[in-house]
Amino acid sequence: MKYMDEFRDPATAKKLVEEIKRLAPIARGQREMPLQIMEFCGGHTHTLFKYGIASMLPADIEMVHGPGCPVCVLPMARVDDCVAIAEQPSVIFTTFGDAMRVPGTRKSLLQAKADGCDVRMVYSPMDALAIARKNPEREVVFFALGFETTMPSTALTLLQAYREGLKNFSLFCNHITTPATMRAILTDPDLRLDGFLAPGHVSMVIGAHPYDFVTRDYRKPLVITGFEPLDILQALWMLVKQFAEGRCEVENQYARIVPEAGNVAGLKAIAEVYETREHSEFRGLGNIGDAGVQIRDDYAAYDAEKKFGLPIDFAQGAVGYDPEHLKCADVLRGVMKPWECPAFAKTCNPQNPLGALMVSPEGSCAAYYAYGKLAKRS
Amino acid sequence: MCLGIPGQITELVDHEFLVAKVDIGGVKRDVIITCVVDDEHPAESCVGDWVLVHAGFAMSRLDEEEAARTLALLAELGDMQDEIDLMRQVGSSV
Repeated sequence: MKYMDEFRDPATAKKLVEEIKRLAPIARGQREMPLQIMEFCGGHTHTLFKYGIASMLPADIEMVHGPGCPVCVLPMARVDDCVAIAEQPSVIFTTFGDAMRVPGTRKSLLQAKADGCDVRMVYSPMDALAIARKNPEREVVFFALGFETTMPSTALTLLQAYREGLKNFSLFCNHITTPATMRAILTDPDLRLDGFLAPGHVSMVIGAHPYDFVTRDYRKPLVITGFEPLDILQALWMLVKQFAEGRCEVENQYARIVPEAGNVAGLKAIAEVYETREHSEFRGLGNIGDAGVQIRDDYAAYDAEKKFGLPIDFAQGAVGYDPEHLKCADVLRGVMKPWECPAFAKTCNPQNPLGALMVSPEGSCAAYYAYGKLAKRS
Repeated sequence: MCLGIPGQITELVDHEFLVAKVDIGGVKRDVIITCVVDDEHPAESCVGDWVLVHAGFAMSRLDEEEAARTLALLAELGDMQDEIDLMRQVGSSV
């Protein structure tokens, strides 16, 4: 455990914070606003709050919380489609736990379950496949969502169903890709970002090169980072060092887990099963043309959208928007802090989430709530 | 959903479909190891290795110290117990 102790060494953390404080004014230069650094991943948001990292940073740096939480960017219309599938009498609808509580315009999957639908929480898509094997007379649907971290697992599960010739299993595919989402953020006129902390486990799958456009086309430095407090502090130090030295590069702080070329087998499975979707509606980010993926025609028999003629609303462009008093979209895009939303910590809380950002611990509203950041002063 | 839990491979269950028994926080479950098997790391040599498990799939190799560090982090963040409980409920169903 010696290494772990070193990794949590307060003296190292202190030294890194001091270095960040020393470099930050140089890095900020003549900018009027603080350097705005987005941590894309909700896991990083969680670590930033849990260990009080955000409060250790100098005023020259402001962290902007990104949309990197799969359930948080799920539009209500997609939850409505899940419920519509789950309401079919023959269906067993399976999903990860986080997705159960995301509100749709009518109800969440948890409410659908309470109303009598056969909705089951699983740990793995392979659990859904096992349910399909055991229930050949029922249609088993797995709600496949998430960024690239979870894409290989759903792709490999589908390929296994295909090999076995299972006829009663399908995926409702809602996967999204990180680089295209980052591009959408970079072209948002309301955001003035200066750099990125990139997600560690997405990068474990895709590698470092898919981020090259961020530095090449948008001139924003980016550092891939892990989830330990010292990972994040070191990544922030690497980022401010880039600004201070006038560099703009993709750097990999998490090289112990993230290979430059990503995970070859995982990428192969993704390429075999998925193709870019023409239209993808994201909560808060609107339509991002090339960020979502769909199941290739070769595997159409395993595509719940085709099997159930969904999503009807989505195909017609009738997206279920958030109620107006909820400001999830602005919080997701980083232009509003959670405590500025009128519903935050009042009608919307982790016990009764009205918006997706309050559902998962990785959502920024849930993180602000959990760590007592209920208003600007606190 | 995105952090993953470290586990140690204890047994190769199915060579053809690359399924291994993995001890994850004391729960033993079948895990697909396709993404961590290559020419350098053939399936038969994986027993004893530490891997990062996401949703029932081993996605990366870890050394033992990295695994210990990640487990400690997850325990502190409070993210691990729900997944372990769910694994217990669902069982080893691959």
